[in-house]
Amino acid sequence: MSSLRISTDVRSGTVARSTAAGLVIFGTAFAVTGHASADEVIVGLVTKTEVNPFFVKMRQAAEEEAKAKGVKLIARAGKFDGDNEGQVTAIEDLISAGAKGILVTPNNSTGMLGVIKKAREAGVLVIALDTATDPADAVDATFATDNFQAGVQQGAYARKALGDKKPVLAMLDGTPGGTVDTFRHNGYLKGFGLAEGDPAIAGSAITNGAQDKGQVGMENLLSKNGDINAVYTINEPAAAGAYAALKSFGKEADVMLTSIDGGCAGVRNVKAGQIAATVMQFPYKMAANGVDAVVEYAASGKKPSGFVNTGSFLITDKPIAGIDSKDTEWGLKNCWGD
Amino acid sequence: MAAAASGAPVVTAPAGVILEARNLVKRYGHVTALDGVDFELRSGEILAVVGDNGAGKSSLIKALTGALIPDSGEILLDGQPVHFKGPLDARKLGIETVYQDLAVAAALDISSNLFLGRERRRPGFLGNVLRMLDKKGMRAEAERSMADLKFHLPSIGSAVESLSGGQRQGVAVARAALFAKKLAIMDEPTAALGVRETGQVLDLIRAIRQRGLPVVLISHNMPNVFEIADRIHIMRLGRRAAVVSPKTHTMADVVAIMTGAAKVEEPASSGLRASITT
Amino acid sequence: MNSPSALSSGRSIAKKVIGTPSVGPLLVLLAFGVIFSLTNPRFLATQNLSIILQQTVIIGTLAIGQTLIILTAGIDLAVGAICVLGTILAGKLANSGYDPVLAMALAVLACTAAGVAAGGLIAGLRLPPFIVTLGILGIITAALRLISAGGAFSVTDAFLGWTGNTIRLNGFILTYGVIIMLLLYGLIWFLLNQTQWGRHVYAVGNNPEAARLVGIPVGRLLLSVYVLAAFIYGIAAWLALGRIPNADPNALQTANLDSITAVVIGGTSLFGGRGGLLGTLIGALIVGVLRNGLTLAGIDPLWQDLITGILVIVAVALDQLTRGKR
Ligand SMILES: Nc1ncnc2c1ncn2[C@@H]1O[C@H](COP(=O)(O)OP(=O)(O)OP(=O)(O)O)[C@@H](O)[C@H]1O
Ligand SMILES: [Mg+2]
Repeated sequence: MSSLRISTDVRSGTVARSTAAGLVIFGTAFAVTGHASADEVIVGLVTKTEVNPFFVKMRQAAEEEAKAKGVKLIARAGKFDGDNEGQVTAIEDLISAGAKGILVTPNNSTGMLGVIKKAREAGVLVIALDTATDPADAVDATFATDNFQAGVQQGAYARKALGDKKPVLAMLDGTPGGTVDTFRHNGYLKGFGLAEGDPAIAGSAITNGAQDKGQVGMENLLSKNGDINAVYTINEPAAAGAYAALKSFGKEADVMLTSIDGGCAGVRNVKAGQIAATVMQFPYKMAANGVDAVVEYAASGKKPSGFVNTGSFLITDKPIAGIDSKDTEWGLKNCWGD
Repeated sequence: MAAAASGAPVVTAPAGVILEARNLVKRYGHVTALDGVDFELRSGEILAVVGDNGAGKSSLIKALTGALIPDSGEILLDGQPVHFKGPLDARKLGIETVYQDLAVAAALDISSNLFLGRERRRPGFLGNVLRMLDKKGMRAEAERSMADLKFHLPSIGSAVESLSGGQRQGVAVARAALFAKKLAIMDEPTAALGVRETGQVLDLIRAIRQRGLPVVLISHNMPNVFEIADRIHIMRLGRRAAVVSPKTHTMADVVAIMTGAAKVEEPASSGLRASITT
Repeated sequence: MNSPSALSSGRSIAKKVIGTPSVGPLLVLLAFGVIFSLTNPRFLATQNLSIILQQTVIIGTLAIGQTLIILTAGIDLAVGAICVLGTILAGKLANSGYDPVLAMALAVLACTAAGVAAGGLIAGLRLPPFIVTLGILGIITAALRLISAGGAFSVTDAFLGWTGNTIRLNGFILTYGVIIMLLLYGLIWFLLNQTQWGRHVYAVGNNPEAARLVGIPVGRLLLSVYVLAAFIYGIAAWLALGRIPNADPNALQTANLDSITAVVIGGTSLFGGRGGLLGTLIGALIVGVLRNGLTLAGIDPLWQDLITGILVIVAVALDQLTRGKR
């Protein structure tokens, strides 16, 4: 009997303690963040993950813009690449929270359609950032890099930089079938002036946008064909891997290695001469424009629509006449990540 | 005869043999826990099994109750060979055991432990198809049997882990008493008990015998053994060193055989007295 | 009825309620409920409450199986992978022209087969559950990426998405998925608390050697637990397709830890043999309420991970403490 009472006391005591702990933490957090007043405009931001520097930049920019415009930003993210459930849950919570608009970088172009529809039916402005949904008009508007155009910029530079050399091209793709991948890949070929399947394409490899896989892929392609003199890369980590492979083959000086992204590490690699040029995209513009659009919608009811290109710039220290570019000094000022 | 072959003196009892084992061997790697042990339990008797730590007492009763499968040897119940594949086989034949480590699920309550492994089910559809427990029935029965045994317990619904060591042993003993149909085996059931509780367990053992069932009692407590046992099976180094009667042997004799200080002489016949040279 | 016995039975009911392990978690849930409804009146809106329930469907259902396994002193790291196996198979089969009911049934069967494999290795070969389910997690994850070539695809079939349909109860919106989850909780609660099988689950988790000695077929029981759990993960796959009509090999990567979190916060002991299903439901709701409430209050949801972490440690410490007392 007495032992029963003891265990009961321990239990309820700890519950009380844990509840108290929760209250204290909660109170502190609350004091820091302050109260959301009823008529305050709330902007929701749902990124793919919390860790990718691209999304970190996006979030920082959204926070700054929200502060400047006097609106409240609530940021949420998936826990990992592919966390559709986490993103759906986040959007539901933001609808409940009374968000006026929600900016989302969908993990998956179809996974989010149902909840986006629910949000729009509830009168919430939904803008896709960085990645379009499928169909694209599932959202009110998409603020993103025109990835095809970015690919064209990369390809055109590489072709011109090769000059009279007969091109032998290697393509380091990201994930086959991904929308962004397809746009960049096709854009590059267009800018380079080659059709898919042209014999000048020595081969391609899947990198998932990761440095280690980029290196392995490049090594394999170089073993297959030692004459490769131009390399397309899906992003800068893949390019860094490709550079390591080229170097081990002693070919880093003879190959036109280019990329896309505009991460600060990538721009530094351009500056160091490892990558000839990269095409920078602007996550902070996507976020800041998104916040502005929600503010505008709250004030006037006006909604943006369609695809809004947030632009892309070629960054290189070896400019070529007839191709617009900025140098790495400018690039380092405008890059994202660290 | 098996007993003669082992070279040990055997005290004859009037009635027939209920449970018998011949030449059981059990090895754990290099350790030989049972080294060709014989065993004989007669109807209506209380047989004490004594021996030093590690002599093989627990291994013997585990082999007799299906909790371990001997490497060789045979077991006969009512003269018929039996092969237990697990403890359930022995239980089904009415052999109940109180294991040295009690075999209780401490987080469950007393009633659940009494009926563990053979829960009562509700009558009809609920029990047969849905396999629903008859919790009330089991509780009532548990209350009743614990009251019969005069074991003082806080409440039939309290978890076994909230009981004292002695009370836990009471639960295990009561479980054996409740279900024994053929015989009961108890491995040190009084080990942690005070004088009063020990007395209660001994009374309980007598009560089981009163029902006509033989009981095997493993104990290190010589006075208890001499108080209650009809015969004493002495284990030494994985074998049966002797079986003696408390009427004809003293505690000192038993301890001497147990420790090997005394040699047991080959008996001329299966006489009542084992002769001992010290 | 004479009054002393009425009084004592009343007292014993009160004692029982306080002694029930799920009371602690329930108090925590209520406390968070009170705090959040004070900070934002929208929290208590029926629509918001029904959304929290819907958000609990996948992890809440997976946590049923996880509870069964943890009660036997096991652990299942493959919950999410098995569930995703279900969504991908059902989606692929239905998209390639199979009858959707058959497609879903085959998918649930495949999930159950994964449970047979896990349970067989654990019960038959006595391998540790942690290692076995870790291995199965790896195998299924890799196999799924191979099958689906890394890509997610949409699953638009009406039957596969059926659990996402809703009914209204006094303005409270329930998806069929929520109802199925609650029915599963009721059913498994019944099995655990009212049947012989459930009693044996607790006994095996609490003291497997004692269970063996009293004649409980420990191996068969463990196998049945892993198989039933995997079957439930298969049902969860159906519920997941109702919530998001999309099959993604990369989904549910943290479902193992999330479901374990719900089980532990719900007061079930990782050492087995103690706890129950009611606590798990409350545990899953606590996590959901915390996340939703913090978002409504405009607080960074990283606080959610922090508070959840504290709750997990408190729950485990509490379990250790009460076990030590005994
Ligand atoms: N599971 C096991 N694995 C390895 N060796 C064992 C095992 N069980 C028993 N033994 C060994 O077998 C021998 C006999 O052990 P047993 O438990 O039968 O002795 P006992 O007479 O019951 O001793 P006690 O009086 O201490 O209970 C000992 O040497 C013991 O170490
Ligand atoms: Mg022993």
